[in-house]
Formats: sequence, C-alpha cells, structure tokens
Amino acid sequence: MENVYENKMKLEFLSKSSNEAFARITVASFASQLDPNIEEISDIKTAVSEAVTNSIIHGYEDKIGIIKVECTLFANSIEIQISDNGKGIENIEKAKEPLYTTKPELERSGMGFTIMENFMDELKIESVVGIGTKITMKKVINN
Amino acid sequence: MKVTYNEKDKLLKIEITEEIDHHSSEKIRTRADFEIQKYIPKKLVMDFENVNFMDSAGIGMILGRYKMITMFGGTMGMINVHSSVKKVFEMSGITKIIPIIEEIGGTEIGKCV
Repeated sequence: MENVYENKMKLEFLSKSSNEAFARITVASFASQLDPNIEEISDIKTAVSEAVTNSIIHGYEDKIGIIKVECTLFANSIEIQISDNGKGIENIEKAKEPLYTTKPELERSGMGFTIMENFMDELKIESVVGIGTKITMKKVINN
Repeated sequence: MKVTYNEKDKLLKIEITEEIDHHSSEKIRTRADFEIQKYIPKKLVMDFENVNFMDSAGIGMILGRYKMITMFGGTMGMINVHSSVKKVFEMSGITKIIPIIEEIGGTEIGKCV
C-alpha cells in the first residue's frame, strides 16, 4: 500500500438507519476528488452502505452506538475504514458466505460482504467478539 | 411510491421513487404489502425508473414481495432497472426467478412463476 496520501477525512455518527444515506453520500462526495466514473462512485456508495448497515443491524442491534468512517485518498485509490464498538462477528468466514444471514426475519439477503468484496478491490474484516468490528476496503480509481 | 392498478389485466404496478436501503426498505415493504393484499393481482411489476441507488436491502425486499405474490398465485417482474441497480440484482442471482422485463404487457412476465 502506498505511504504517501493526498487527503484524509473522518466521520462519526450515531448508528441510526437514517445515517446510511448520509454516510454513503459523504464518502462518495469525498471520493469525487479522484475523478471517478459513475460506476466507481456507485460501487463505493453501495459498499459503504452495506458496511454501515451491518454495524447498525448486527454490531449494535437495538442499541445506539457510534460508527466511525475514515477515508484516505491516495493518487489513484481510496481506502475506507468503517468501524463500530458493537458485539463483533463470531465467525467471519461464515458471515462472508453469500446468502448467509443471522437475521432472515428482517428480510436480510446475506449479500452484504459479497457485494463489498466484489464492488471493491480489497476487503479486510477485523472483529473481536464483545469489542467491535473494523472493515477496511480499498477501491482503485483509474482516473 | 406511485401505485397503479389495471383491473382488466389484474396488473399492479408499483413505482418506487426513492433510494432503496435498509432505512427506506421497511417503509416500501409495508406499503407494497398493503397494495398487494388489497388487489391480489395476477401480475406485479416493480418499476425502478426513479431508483438511482439500491444496496442489498433491495434484494431482501424484492424477494419478500415475490414470496407474497406467488403465495396468491401471481407472477412478478421488474422494469426500468438502471445499470447500478441491475449490478446488485445480478450478483444475487435474483433475476433468474424475477425477470427484468422490457415492457409491460410483454410475454416475459407471464412465463415466470
């Protein structure tokens, strides 16, 4: 990974579902400095929406907590870190399986991590049960 | 959301007019279920003309409505799906059971149950 970054930003907000749109629009707006095309912007918005929704639904469940989003712009890529202090993921491999969900009653499709993995160029999931989860994603922008 | 019902063809068209995510999908689901139960249509068409963003919450929401319409013996299709939304649908494989149709009144929707 490149060491020299061009720009950075950090957001903190409550784990309310009304902030899902706020988070993805803000990150997309920041990423626009790299002059991405429409598809790249759309991929970033979708991946951010998935990660933030996971923190809200799974990380904090019915409680309200803080979600942090940190973005770093490099010459031709963006790194996005989304973290919470929620309950953590017990089995990351299982959570990554397409169509696997612990909340089918909420009509969750179990496609969140599959979308993050496919829409972004890199995905790293770090999680400790009872401590929280940190998702790091990277998207190369071919400007 | 705009809802139109064609009595002659027993066709219910639900036009979604907002971004679809976890936040909005619950509201869309409640309204769509209300309309489906009110009309019990033979065909349900979800119109995405005015949907410029959708994440995986949309997959769950659409599948849930599909389950309901098939329970009543109806069929379902999707129309005017923009490329970014299509990308999410195609990743899930959902378009194999709920087809993206070109026009309402075409034959594609009738083939799918």
